[in-house]
Amino acid sequence: MRVRLMRWVPLALFAFFAGVAGYMLTQEKNQFVESAMIGEQLPEFALKPASAGLPGATRSDFVGGKPRLLNIWASWCLPCIAEAPQLEALKAQGVEIVGIAIRDRPEDVANFLSRYGNPYARIGADDISEVQLAIGSSGVPETFVIDAAGTIRYQHIGDIREDDVALLLAELEKVK
Amino acid sequence: MIRALVLFIAALMALPLAAQDTMPPAPYAYNQLDDPAQEAEAAALMATLRCLKCQSQSIADSDAPMAGDMRHQVRSRILAGESPDDIRAWLIARYGDYVSYNPTISASTWPLFAIPVLLILIVAAVLLRRLGKRREGDSAGDEGDAA
Repeated sequence: MRVRLMRWVPLALFAFFAGVAGYMLTQEKNQFVESAMIGEQLPEFALKPASAGLPGATRSDFVGGKPRLLNIWASWCLPCIAEAPQLEALKAQGVEIVGIAIRDRPEDVANFLSRYGNPYARIGADDISEVQLAIGSSGVPETFVIDAAGTIRYQHIGDIREDDVALLLAELEKVK
Repeated sequence: MIRALVLFIAALMALPLAAQDTMPPAPYAYNQLDDPAQEAEAAALMATLRCLKCQSQSIADSDAPMAGDMRHQVRSRILAGESPDDIRAWLIARYGDYVSYNPTISASTWPLFAIPVLLILIVAAVLLRRLGKRREGDSAGDEGDAA
């Protein structure tokens, strides 16, 4: 009797693994790599201006006053075009946005700003992604909420959609 | 017919719309360190760090611009005297365990290490029992082996 029951063990194991695999296939996979720097200090950095006529960006630009947004973007990034109107909306709400342009050329940055508008108070040029890597960002665009003490408080991965604007405003309010 | 063929060949050669930058790679993205010992250290580390853009490749395998920038970080930090463990820890502090291909025992990974040991113990117990039984009762026959 016991032997007969034991015969079903391999089939039961197989059914269990098939069940787990089937279940996992129906689950949505999170492809995003989240930054582990939330709650940490923004690292020290100083980037040259990404385009003529706008200042570059340093860590000290984030310290004092009110919380700010740090927007990782690039003129060669297509979702960044989709995000531009939402950044304008945030700027219209009085949010100071500091851009960091990843691997970008000054003329391309200027061209992008003239076509899609300029919501940035300043833009630093990160030619070798060093600041991007230092804050745990893994792509463009990404947007970080930095509080007035220079601490990273929130990360938004991907382009900012219309309904994300209220969410980011709430996150900025939260860390005031 | 010929036009269709030409179009077909042209379609094969079409370049995908490049959503990538045109900037030159970082200095140490494709250049080795001068000191072979340091370069060997860097290469060993780069083979065990995950590319964040192309998540199934190591940064040593990937041609993504971001992987090049990560190789630059690794090589320039080795050159500045940091140890491979320091650099791995620096990246894990930013991206979590995910960035490292070097397996560690943690709250979520311990079953991967525990289950094989457990299975070997179970197999050893079953074998000992069966072999023991056979030695005891050769003449009486063995119902366990009938299966």
